[in-house]
Amino acid sequence: MKSSAADATSPRSAEAGHWGEEVRSDVHVSFEARDSGGVEISLESRVAPYYGAAILEQTREVLGELGVKHVRVSIHDEGALPFIIAARIEAAARRVGVALGKRSLPAQHPLPAPSQKDRLRRSRLYLPGSEPKYYINASLHAPDAVILDLEDSVHRGEKDAARILVRNTLRTVDFGSCERTVRINQLPLGLEDLAEVVGESPDLILIPKVEEPEQVREVDRMIAEIKERNGIIRPIWIMPILESALGVENAFAVATASENVAALTIGLEDYTADLGVVKTAEGGESQYARSRVVNAAHAAGVQAIDSVFSDVADVDGLRRWGEASRAAGFEGMGCIHPGQIRVVHEAFQPTAIEIERARKVVAAFEEAQNKRLAVVSLGSKMIDPPVLQRALKLVERAKAMGVIS
Amino acid sequence: MSVKERERVELAHTAAGRAVPTMVNGKPQIPFLGVGNYQPRGRKAAPAICSNKDYPDSGDKRVPDLETALRKCGLRDGMVISNHHHLRDGDRVALMALEAAARIGVKDLMWFPSASFPSQKNAIELMEKGVIHHIEGSMNGPLGDYCTQGNMRGMGVLRSHGGRYQAIQDGEVHVDVAVIAAPTADFFGNADGSHGKSACGSLGFALADSIYADRTIVVTDNLVPFPCVPWQIQGNNVDFVVEVDSIGDPAKIVSGSTQITRSPDRLRIAEMVAQFLRATGIMENGFSFQAGAGGIALAFVQYLKQMMKEDGVKARFVRGGSTKFLVELLQEGLTDYILDGQTFDLDGVKSMANDPRHVATSPFTSYNYHGKGNFASLVDAVVLGATEVDVNFNANVVTHSDGRLLHGIGGWQNCLFAGCTILALPSFRDRIPVIVDEVTTMTGPGEMIDVVVTERGIAINPRRADLLDAVTAQGSKLPIRPIQDIKADVEKICGKPARPKLGNRPCAVVKWVDGTVLDTVWQVS
Repeated sequence: MKSSAADATSPRSAEAGHWGEEVRSDVHVSFEARDSGGVEISLESRVAPYYGAAILEQTREVLGELGVKHVRVSIHDEGALPFIIAARIEAAARRVGVALGKRSLPAQHPLPAPSQKDRLRRSRLYLPGSEPKYYINASLHAPDAVILDLEDSVHRGEKDAARILVRNTLRTVDFGSCERTVRINQLPLGLEDLAEVVGESPDLILIPKVEEPEQVREVDRMIAEIKERNGIIRPIWIMPILESALGVENAFAVATASENVAALTIGLEDYTADLGVVKTAEGGESQYARSRVVNAAHAAGVQAIDSVFSDVADVDGLRRWGEASRAAGFEGMGCIHPGQIRVVHEAFQPTAIEIERARKVVAAFEEAQNKRLAVVSLGSKMIDPPVLQRALKLVERAKAMGVIS
Repeated sequence: MSVKERERVELAHTAAGRAVPTMVNGKPQIPFLGVGNYQPRGRKAAPAICSNKDYPDSGDKRVPDLETALRKCGLRDGMVISNHHHLRDGDRVALMALEAAARIGVKDLMWFPSASFPSQKNAIELMEKGVIHHIEGSMNGPLGDYCTQGNMRGMGVLRSHGGRYQAIQDGEVHVDVAVIAAPTADFFGNADGSHGKSACGSLGFALADSIYADRTIVVTDNLVPFPCVPWQIQGNNVDFVVEVDSIGDPAKIVSGSTQITRSPDRLRIAEMVAQFLRATGIMENGFSFQAGAGGIALAFVQYLKQMMKEDGVKARFVRGGSTKFLVELLQEGLTDYILDGQTFDLDGVKSMANDPRHVATSPFTSYNYHGKGNFASLVDAVVLGATEVDVNFNANVVTHSDGRLLHGIGGWQNCLFAGCTILALPSFRDRIPVIVDEVTTMTGPGEMIDVVVTERGIAINPRRADLLDAVTAQGSKLPIRPIQDIKADVEKICGKPARPKLGNRPCAVVKWVDGTVLDTVWQVS
């Protein structure tokens, strides 16, 4: 795979994107700014017989929107979809420094309904911010959320291109009923990510390596500013990721830093590295931290979400981890491969026995309501209010998961 | 026929409205009349009667080399020379024979392989030199490009495995000399494919050649004392036996291990196919199915296997191309038999060699349409691929959307006669839509294709209301959608593709299973 060089030696030329035998659904753009001579485009594409003319037309359009008048553009296309082509051209242009302050926004797909603060978040599927081939079909695998990642899966030199690509993706790709989330970079770089993506109304922002509540507030303020400027009224939730001993110690303060925090999660790779311990499949070394996160989240009234299980081939290990995670009080976890989604959903699903018991409790409650009885009882046992609350929530969740109708 | 002559070819229209030439390589053609509408007449072809007096009583038919064998067969200018493709991309024998023919000095041969492979691209040189006039058989890669660029002197003729048997049997193609690569053989010419260092499993594709050719040469790198048991090719049909060091590269004959797709999207397709068979009740005790060796098909077998176990269902038979995944079904008692046309991996070859329930079949038993029935129509469900499917369920397997030759037909057309024909494919590849308004080349008429399963949903052919009823009766949650809706989704994602400009000169034809001409492959401009 040939990669583009973000740090182009000449300020007059730059490139963006990827091409080569192994590359699918991406495009490589070489960009050579000049003072005269107009726009000159050369195109090589594996889909040229079908879309060659369309790609040339789109390139001219994008250059027009970016205000680029004199340029030599060379395009190696590997079957990239239009929103990807636009992002790569814009990234190359900005790297040359000719389109500063300008954007080329592709036609917008209608936004889905706003995300609810306490919606189902059993699974979030990681999509690397520089691998566009995974985006278009991600929602077919039905995770509760997709997470467009600008942090660890994107090379330092590719951050600028990735955030343009993620912006276009949020704008154009139909993610169905998935919550559309973005993991920004650690602050302060993450603020540049926010500037690019918040205008496209992501449903939730994940902030990595949070240690202090002020970091959450900084992100929250910036989101609020951009929302205000763009007239966005729908909510954009925040999920801080705690990835250090200090972060875990401050879990409750972080979870309560803003009312936009909808969930709290933990990153175990970095956490175990911070402790200098080995991360095991059983996770004994992180039991305290995970319990702490669960407790802080519940105390703050937000969801506790677990880390990822990184061995894609180990389905049984994933299932065990997920079941233990649910038992410990987490409501979901990350998925690094679509194949993990179903297993995670099954693991976070209430058991048939739990559902049966909860339904009996709810039925008893409804019967008591009908009879105008203050005390709810099931058989010979009186049902305490917290038991009832838990049963109501469990039945509601099971319905949302499609386990019961 | 020269290129110039070809420009004057007259065209007629098939029952499906496709323009096809009325003459191909000097022979008049019948355009496709609709499925089952062509009535063949006359008697089958037959080679000349031979006499034992012309063959050695010792049974030893060996000659020193292939060139000698071809000379003794009387190979002359303009003859038809045939090969089978069971050694796939590892085959050495076909080129060996054609190069020997070149040394003899013959010209204008028609090469009639059951399929050609990229490693045989030297055939282009032999066409340039005039040794080969044209090829009738699947062409892809460099050979395909040579054909679609209009460089071949004759027209390419693409036939299904069953169609090739039919063409030989009916006398449409008369094979003068058949050269049969044999992984094991005796001096009498009995030959077997499932043993020897170059083992490939079945030799079924060579059956028609051995029966109907005037002369047959067996070429082997594993000569065993008479008798070669089992014999898939009967020595009584063989004129000469040639021993060589190597008939092929074992690494390319069969794959060491066949790979299931790892693409989540393709796995999703495979799983939906299996769910569909379960939801419609096709997956029931005693049922049968066929799936190829593509990544989706292999994954489908694994999903179906799991469901068969869960539901306690066992198949009566499954049809190969066999792989280790079918072999496992057999070994785990989930099917009584594998009826195998070709063998794709080492596990398949070993199983055929050692397990009497793993049976070698031929295009005669499985696919020949001009017979008293064949096995393909007895199969309950078949899972196939395609490069394009249109909104009328017509499908293309032979060309890219830009008109270049991509694949042979293989058994694909013949399999369409199964009880439920399912195409399992992504709705687009690299921005190129697979669900289209009209296929580039019709390889299968839409009336034969029942279900199209894509990652974006399952389209059931409106002609198969019974399947739709069966799925809905079970209250299945499968995403059943009109094919037009899936096409609309794809065009929204990819944009509407321009239609590539095709030339107006035919460079090959696609035959239907009955020998009529189904469509034309046009020269790429």
